[in-house]
Amino acid sequence: MATIHIDGKSYDADPGKNLLQVSLSLGFDLPYFCWHPALGSVGACRQCAVRQYRNEEDKDGQIVMACMVPAADGTRISIEDEEARQFRKSVIEWLMTNHPHDCPVCDEGGECHLQDMTVMAGHAYRRFRYRKRTFTNQDLGPFINHEMNRCIQCYRCVRYYKDYAGGRDLDAFASHNHVYFGRSVDGTLESEFSGNLVEVCPTGVFTDKTLKHHYTRKWDLQSGPSVCAHCGLGCNTLAGARYGGVRRILNRYNHEVNGYFLCDRGRYGYEFVNRPSRIRHPLLHTDASDTDTLSKPESCSPEEALRQARDRLRNARRVIGIGSPRASLESNYALRAFVGEDYFFNGLPSAESHLVTLAAEILRNGSAETPSLREIEGADAVLVLGEDLTQTAPRMALAVRQSIMRAPEEKARAVGVPPWNDRAVRDVIQAERGPLIVAAVDETRLDDAATSVIYRAPDDIARFGFAVARAINADAPPVEGLSDEETDLVQRTAKTLSAAKYPVVISGVSLGNEAILQASANIAWALDREQKPVGLSFVVPEANSVGIALLDSAPLRGAFELVSSGKADAAIILENDLYRRTHALDVEKFFTGLRTVVALDSLRSPTTDRAHVVFPAGTFAESDGTFVNNEGRAQRFFQVLSPEGDVAESWRWLGRLQSGSAPSDEPRWKNLDEVLDAMAAELPDVAGAKDAAPRADFRVAGARLPRSPRRFSGRTAILANLDVHEPKPPDDPDSPLTFSMEGTAAMPPAALVSHYWAPGWNSVQALNKFQDEVGGANRGGAPGVRLIEPEKPIHSYFTKIPDAFSPHDGKFVVLGLHHIFGSEELSRHAPALAERIPEPYIAIGDADARARGVTEGRELVLRIFGREYKLPACVRPNLPRGVLGVPFGLPGLTGIVFPADGHLLE
Amino acid sequence: MEKPLTEHIQPGEPPLDLAAYERTGGYEALRDALRSMEPREVTRIVEDSKLRGRGGAGFFTGMKWSFVPMGENAPREKYFVCNADEMEPGTFKDRYLMECNPHLLLEGMILGAFAIQAPTGYIFLRAEYHKSEEVLAHAIREAREAGFLGKNILDSGFDHDIHLHTSAGRYICGEETALLNALEGRRAIPRAKPPFPPVVGLWGKPTIVNNVETLCNIPPIVRNGADWFKGLGLSEEAGTKLYGVSGRVNRPGMWELPLGTPLREIIEEHAGGMREGYRFRGVIPGGASTDFLVEEHLDLPMDFASVQKAGSRLGTGTMIVLDDRTCPVGMVLNLERFFARESCGWCTPCRDGLPWVEKILEDIERGGGREDDLGLLQEHSKFLGPGRTFCAFAPGAVEPLQSALKYFEEDFRRHFDGKGCPYHPQPAAAR
Repeated sequence: MATIHIDGKSYDADPGKNLLQVSLSLGFDLPYFCWHPALGSVGACRQCAVRQYRNEEDKDGQIVMACMVPAADGTRISIEDEEARQFRKSVIEWLMTNHPHDCPVCDEGGECHLQDMTVMAGHAYRRFRYRKRTFTNQDLGPFINHEMNRCIQCYRCVRYYKDYAGGRDLDAFASHNHVYFGRSVDGTLESEFSGNLVEVCPTGVFTDKTLKHHYTRKWDLQSGPSVCAHCGLGCNTLAGARYGGVRRILNRYNHEVNGYFLCDRGRYGYEFVNRPSRIRHPLLHTDASDTDTLSKPESCSPEEALRQARDRLRNARRVIGIGSPRASLESNYALRAFVGEDYFFNGLPSAESHLVTLAAEILRNGSAETPSLREIEGADAVLVLGEDLTQTAPRMALAVRQSIMRAPEEKARAVGVPPWNDRAVRDVIQAERGPLIVAAVDETRLDDAATSVIYRAPDDIARFGFAVARAINADAPPVEGLSDEETDLVQRTAKTLSAAKYPVVISGVSLGNEAILQASANIAWALDREQKPVGLSFVVPEANSVGIALLDSAPLRGAFELVSSGKADAAIILENDLYRRTHALDVEKFFTGLRTVVALDSLRSPTTDRAHVVFPAGTFAESDGTFVNNEGRAQRFFQVLSPEGDVAESWRWLGRLQSGSAPSDEPRWKNLDEVLDAMAAELPDVAGAKDAAPRADFRVAGARLPRSPRRFSGRTAILANLDVHEPKPPDDPDSPLTFSMEGTAAMPPAALVSHYWAPGWNSVQALNKFQDEVGGANRGGAPGVRLIEPEKPIHSYFTKIPDAFSPHDGKFVVLGLHHIFGSEELSRHAPALAERIPEPYIAIGDADARARGVTEGRELVLRIFGREYKLPACVRPNLPRGVLGVPFGLPGLTGIVFPADGHLLE
Repeated sequence: MEKPLTEHIQPGEPPLDLAAYERTGGYEALRDALRSMEPREVTRIVEDSKLRGRGGAGFFTGMKWSFVPMGENAPREKYFVCNADEMEPGTFKDRYLMECNPHLLLEGMILGAFAIQAPTGYIFLRAEYHKSEEVLAHAIREAREAGFLGKNILDSGFDHDIHLHTSAGRYICGEETALLNALEGRRAIPRAKPPFPPVVGLWGKPTIVNNVETLCNIPPIVRNGADWFKGLGLSEEAGTKLYGVSGRVNRPGMWELPLGTPLREIIEEHAGGMREGYRFRGVIPGGASTDFLVEEHLDLPMDFASVQKAGSRLGTGTMIVLDDRTCPVGMVLNLERFFARESCGWCTPCRDGLPWVEKILEDIERGGGREDDLGLLQEHSKFLGPGRTFCAFAPGAVEPLQSALKYFEEDFRRHFDGKGCPYHPQPAAAR
C-alpha cells in the first residue's frame, strides 16, 4: 500500500494502479474519456489533468494526466488546482467545438458520459463561433447505429474492438480533426462482441439499433437485474422494458463472470420476448394426440386451463415430468416436486445428459477448481480442447483473448511498464501473445489469437489431451501411436502448462465426446499432482445445464420408455421443445403414447402444438428464478416487467396446478422464497441457490428497491391519449423490488442492482460507484453463489483412451457445428439477430471434397438416421477426413443427435 | 574555419560517390572503429564530444546511445534509425547533406549502429525528397558492394544493413516515436514515453533515432576526437551547425558555421542583410515550431542554451525572417494552418485546439477579429503547452503564436473592428 496526497489530504492507494483509477476509487469526480477500467490508459483525451508536485516543498508543480501517472508512494497531486480545473474545462470546450448541440434528440442523451463529464468539468458557454466538422455515417448492420458527428475521438471504440475483442473491421481513419471511426466500407460489423461498443462509446456514436426502433428514452425504461438465458455462462444483464416489451439489454457488472462485456447473442437475443408468436394466454387443444386431426389451439381463461389440466392429470395412470436446461432451477424443482423424483426427467438426450452430468461430477469430485471468467482472463496459459468458444460460450472466448496478454505483460513490467499503461504495453510486446493452444475439429474464431492450433477429429483431440496429461505427470495413462507433429505439440503444450503460474484447461460438450472431457480432467489432475495450480472449465450448452445436472435426474430416454411400456400416459413438459432434443420419430412415438400432454412455454413450438393444455410461461424477463452457470454459480434473475396477459413463471403455474380446484385454494407456493425453501430442504446439492440473492422481505432502511430510475417520466407517457389514469403498480411478492420509482435510492446489494446511477453519473459508467474500487469487485461481493467447490481429493485418472480416428469409406461422423447466431433456441427468434444466422450447409473437409469432386456450394445429400438432408457444400480446408459438419440447431436441422453417423448420397 | 559537414561539397556538382568520398578520408573512421575500438568506446567519444541532436530538440547524442542496453543480456535485435523526415517549414539542411554527400550519413549510421550493436538500420526519408532517395539508394548499393554494409563488415564480425524507407508524407513522422509507428506500418501517432526508444523502440526493441545532420557529425568526431569537435564551437557548445535563412534577405541560403555564431552575423553577413525597402522585424530561429526572436536578440549567439534563455529554441537552426511589409498575423496563420492540418488527431488539445486557433487567425485576417480573440489565443498558447498534450507537436505549434502575441500584439489589434489585414488591404475574397 502506498500513501498518496490529494489536495493536502493523505490516502492509502494501490501503487500498481494509476492516479485516475485511484482517485475515482476514492470517490473523487475526476472526468475522463479515453481511459476505461478494462482497456487501461492511453493518454489521448487529456481530460483527467491534475497538478502534480515533486515533493512537499514544490509549490509550482506541473500539469499531468492522472491516467498516465502511477500512484507511487508519496505522490502529491491537486485535483482542485485552478489551472488543472481550467484545463479540464478547456478539453470539454475543444470536444464540444464539433459535437452537435442536440442532446434532447440524441439516442445517448440522458445516459451520456460526455454530458456527465461536461457538467462535471464546468464548461457551459460556447465561445467557438465557427462551423462544425461533419461526417457521413455508415450502415454497420442490424445491431449498431452509427452517428459519427457525435464522435469525440477518444479512441475507445477501436481499442475495444480491435485490441480487446480481436475484431478486424473497425478502425481509425484519416487524421487531425477529421479522424473517422468506422469500417473501410459500409457493412455489418463482424465481431461477435460488437454490441459492447454501445457501452464503450462515451457518447452517441455507437448506439443500440434495436432500442432505437422503439423511440424509448433511457429514463423511461423499467429495468431489473437479469441473467442471460442464451448460453451456459450466465452473464449478468440489465434488461430494460417499456410498454410490456423488453427494449434492450445492458451489461450488468459481475466482477467474477462477465465484467464489463457481453456477447451479441446475449445483448440482442432478447427480442424473442416481444415476438407475436409468444404464448400469452393458456391454450387448449381438444384433440392434440391425433396428429391427423390436430385442432387449432384455442386460448382460454387460466381457470379453465387449470381445471382441464387438473382433470386430465387426475385421471391419468401416471404423470411424468420433463424438465429443461433452459428453465429455472425453481421451475424444474416445482415439476419434480409435482411428479415425484422417479418420474422427473431432465429433458435431455442420453448422450448430452451423460456429458453434462460427467462435467458436474468431475468438478464436484475432482481435484481441480473451475475458474470464473475473471480467473480465465487472469490465466497465463490456456488450452482449449474441442470447443469453438466464440460459438458455444462467446463471453469465455473474450476472456481467453485477455489471457493471452498476461505473459507478455510480464515482459512489459520488466522494462518498467505497468499493465494499466496500455499504450506502452503494446509498444513493448508488439505482436507477442499467448500462450494459447487450441485443438479443434475446424477453424475457430480464436485461432488468430492462438499460439498453436491443431485440427483433429474429436477422438484424436481427446487423445491429444490424454497425451498432454501423460507428458505432465507420468502416472497418467499413456497414448500410443501419435504422429511426430502431435508428439511435438504435446510436449510443448505440457511444458507450457507446467511452466505457467495459472494455466486453464477448457473443454465442453459441444462435440458430444466423453473422452474430451475426461482428457481435460486428466490434464488438470496431472498438473494438480505436480503441485501446480490449475483451472478446469467446461462449456455447457444452456443457461441451466449445470442446474439440471445437479438435480440428478434421468434423461429423456427414461420418459420415453415409461410411455412406450404403458406405465405412464400423461406428461408435463416444462419449457422444452422435444423435437430439438432427439429424433422426430422417437418424439412422435412418445406423444402418440400419451393421453395427456401439458406444456409450459413462452414461444409456440412443435412440442406445444402437441399439448392438450399449454400454459404461457414467462421468459427470463417476466420471471423470477435461478440459473446455475457452467462454473456452478447459482444466479438469480428477476422480473423486469410485470407480465402481460396470463403469462407467469412456470413454477407459479405448477404451484397452481397442484392446489385444489376451489377458487379459495392456495397454490402450493405463494412466492419464490417458498419454492426456494422447499427446494433447499429437499435437495442439499442446490440448497445454496437460496442465497443467490436477498429474499423478498429484504429491505434497505425499511424500503424496497425501485425498478424505475429516479427520472422516470411514465406519467407523461404516450398512452395518455387513451387513459390519463395512472394504474397502481403491480405488487411483487417474489423480490424486494418495486415496479415503480418508489423505494430507496440507497446502494442495493449487487444481486439487486436494477440500474447504474449516481449523482452526476447518468451513463453506464456510474458503475464506478458500485464497485469496491473502480474496475474491481462489486460492492458487497459478486452476485451469485457457487454451488460447486471441489473436495480436493486425489482423483484416479480416466484411462479409457479412444482409438485413433480412421475414416471409414462412405461413412462419416457428422458433427453439429455451433453458431453464435442461430444455434441457440430462443435468440434465433430475435429479428435483428436472425439477420446474422447463416444459411444451412454441409461442411466437408478439403481432402474429402477433392476425393469426391465436391466443390464449394454444390448440393450434397446427407443421410442421417434415415433422414435425408439436401444442402450446399461448404468446403473447409482444415476439417479432418471422415468428418462432416452441419450447423447445430438451425431450422430443418433440429432433432439430430450429434455425433451422428452419416452417408453422403450421390 | 573548419566545416566538417560541407567541406567536400561542391554546390552544383554531382554528389560524392564512394570513390570520391573515400578520397576525402571517408570510411576511415569506420575502418578505425571496427579495427580497434569497442562499441562502448565509440559511444564514449560521442558522449565526450558533447554533440547535441541537430533535429531540433538538442538532446545529447552520446547520452542517448548510452541508454541502449548492451552486453550479454541485451536483446540481439536492435535498430539504428536515421530521421530524414525533414518536414519542418523553412528547413532544408538535411536534404543538402543527403543530396550532396550521402556516404557521410551512411558512415555515421554504421558507426552509430556499431556503437549500439544494431544489425539493422533504416533511413526514414521525407516523401517529397525524390532526389535524396535516388542518391541514397545508389550510395547504399555502393556501400553494400564495397563491403561497408552487409555481413561481417570489413572482416570485423559486425553485421549491419541499411534500408531506405520513404515516408507517406506526414509532418508528425518527424516525431521519433510516430516515425517508429509509421515504420511498423501503424498509424503515425506518437508513443507514450517512457519507455523511450533506446529501450523500447522499433518492434519493441532498443532503437536509436538520430537526425541526418547529427549523424553526419559522427565520422569526423570519431576520426578527429572529441576535443577537436568541442573546439569547433564559438560558445560553450560543440561543433558546427548548418544555419539557414529564408525570407526577404539579400542572399537566402545555408552555411555551415561554428555553433554559437551570433544571429546578427548570420543574417547580416551570410544572408547579406535585409532586401532594399524591407526592415527586419523578427525571426523564427529554428523552423516553424520555435518562438520569434526580435531586434533585441540580434546579438544572441545561436546555440541551444542562449536561444533557450532568450525564450525560444535553436530548433533546426534554419530561420525564417519576418519583415515589416509582411503581416505577422498572416505569417502565424500560415504556420498554424500547417500545424492544424498535420496534427495526428490523437490528443484533444492538439486535434481540436489548433483548428480553432487557425479559424480565429483566419477570422482576424478577414476583419472578423474581436478583442476577446486575443484572450482565446493566449489561452490556447498556454493550454497547448508542454505536459498538456501527448507529444511535443502542439507545444511547438503554439511557440510562434505565443511569441507573436507578445511581440506583435499591436499588429493583431490593427486587424480588429472590421478592418481586416492592414498589410493586404484588398477584400478577403480576392486573396
